[in-house]
Amino acid sequence: MAQVADPAAAAAVGGVPHGTRDVDARRAARRETLRLLLRKPGFVIGTAIVLVWVVCAIGGRSIAPFDPLATNGAFAHAGPGADGWNFILGTDRLGRDVLSRVIVGARDVLIVAPVSAVLGVVLGTFFGLLMGYYRGIVDDVLSRVVEAFLALPVTLVALLALVVLGPSKRTVIGVVGILFAPIVARTVRAAVLSERDLDYVQAAKLSGESGPYIMVREILPNVVGPIIVELTVRIGYAIFTIATLSFLGAGLQPPAPDWGLMIVEEYSQIIQGYWWPVLFPSIAIASIVIAANLIADALQSVLSR
Amino acid sequence: MSTSDAAAGGGDRARPPRVSARRPRGLTARLREAEFARFLLRRLGLALITLLLLSLIIFFITNVLPNNVGRTILGPFAPEESVVALNERLGTDRPLYEQYGSLLGSMVTFDYGESYQTGAPVSELLWTTLRNSAKLALLALVLTVPLGILAGVLAALRRDRPLDRVIVMAGLAGSAIPEFVTSTFLIVLLGLQLNVLPVLATAPPGSGPLTQIRYLMLPALAMAVVYFGYIARMARAGTIVALESDYTRTALMKGVRWPQVIRRHVLRNALVPTISVVATQVGYLFGGLLAVELIFNYNGLGRALVTAARAKDLPVLQAGVLIIGVIYMVATLLADILISYLNPRVRLGSER
Repeated sequence: MAQVADPAAAAAVGGVPHGTRDVDARRAARRETLRLLLRKPGFVIGTAIVLVWVVCAIGGRSIAPFDPLATNGAFAHAGPGADGWNFILGTDRLGRDVLSRVIVGARDVLIVAPVSAVLGVVLGTFFGLLMGYYRGIVDDVLSRVVEAFLALPVTLVALLALVVLGPSKRTVIGVVGILFAPIVARTVRAAVLSERDLDYVQAAKLSGESGPYIMVREILPNVVGPIIVELTVRIGYAIFTIATLSFLGAGLQPPAPDWGLMIVEEYSQIIQGYWWPVLFPSIAIASIVIAANLIADALQSVLSR
Repeated sequence: MSTSDAAAGGGDRARPPRVSARRPRGLTARLREAEFARFLLRRLGLALITLLLLSLIIFFITNVLPNNVGRTILGPFAPEESVVALNERLGTDRPLYEQYGSLLGSMVTFDYGESYQTGAPVSELLWTTLRNSAKLALLALVLTVPLGILAGVLAALRRDRPLDRVIVMAGLAGSAIPEFVTSTFLIVLLGLQLNVLPVLATAPPGSGPLTQIRYLMLPALAMAVVYFGYIARMARAGTIVALESDYTRTALMKGVRWPQVIRRHVLRNALVPTISVVATQVGYLFGGLLAVELIFNYNGLGRALVTAARAKDLPVLQAGVLIIGVIYMVATLLADILISYLNPRVRLGSER
């Protein structure tokens, strides 16, 4: 997990230089950031892992060796490498090919998790800007609400909400996104607080700019660094949370080849020695969550340099 | 800043609190007591407000969103009469303000009505399962806290050396992976391949405490792996701040020996932020329990809530979520009091 230890510092140096409308300078800064990122082994490894899953997500059924939903009674619980390496990672209790299901399952993970993270970051940035810029009563009230949300594990509240709303891709995205918003708002608020008293904000105020204009056009570009870091961190958490929700039965529904679902359908049979239908989706989840965290860590150290 | 702010930094799990700015000391003892009392009152007041908002959030999710609780539970094909009957039984046909009033009332009386699924009193179910969960959570904390602190301090002392890298990476990987995934890894490795620990959490009835602990070991380890990373990270960050501080430099220049500097100056200051992380973890431990108790089939609060979710047993779910929120708040409150008692700078700096 990556953390924004000091969003203020990240904002002060990580953001786009404000007032610079010079495209060349921006492009050079971006190139420099990329160069520094590529020197981080964590970033390279994380990106490589994500790329593998992106290929799986795009390729989907066309690169999977079998139909992920096709059952085959003759090969129920065939071990890895069974049938002359036809089933490289083995089959599950219905004889469905584990490798194919893992490959096809990548698509939902790569769509649902980032979309909910983006939703959370957009909402959170909106409220964070309001809280940090206006302070006073707005900040006091919203801060209490944020605190109340933070008292509850996201997985638990999401579970409650999904029971009420019914599990579907759309509700999972909405619920997780909304529950992430208070967390993001907190980070953005801290970053905005350290900006609002700087000279350029005062100058904009004096020249009669409106509050919304100052927030969006002046402050926002300067807190973009911590927001990007927060987004990558949130994507990692979203994968984590959504996988857990599927595992708890509140995410995608069977027979979808979802990684969390694959685990919940098979874990009770681990004791009989059928570990492969559980272990391989577990590795898939672990790899992509760790990749997201490695990228977030690298981004944080480069953007807050 | 108040530590609950600092401690609650991450929603799903904790983030490291920022170490508060140094303030000048030198107040008389009386003044300090008054400050402490004021801090306590303020903190309690804030906790009450948060609790109220918490109940509102939960109420909103369960009662306002669907409009018709009976329909949600019974599904779209149930006859209208049984929906009406169920709403009457659950009290969800009353006006919203009345329902919210009874939720507030039940927070005081601990009477959460009866389970839709079994008809048994909700509070009874929650108490039994909560006790079991507490055992598991306690074991996980006992495993994690000392190890996490030790690893964090060691990493800080060997900063940027291989040992540090290994500890940081292990912590990152451990805390990034969902608990239920860690559980499956542990089951496959320790339960099946090495065959050293039982893969079900519930010991046979009537077994002694040691056997019970043995059965709880795998689930507790699964949770410990996740929380080890957080605690180690905090302990490491706190130690690094303390190592780079002026007071450490002064102590060294005065000629105090290194082990003594570590013990009396570095560790004492480094562990303060760690306390608040441990407190927030107590709350989030219960979030992680959902999946872990399910996978190890352990009769705890987490599994009870998952079962309730599957049966759409809203009274149980609502009460369970509320209780976990309260546990989190009590834990952070205690940590805040402990920290401000240990470190006056925190309570003096509580105005942001």
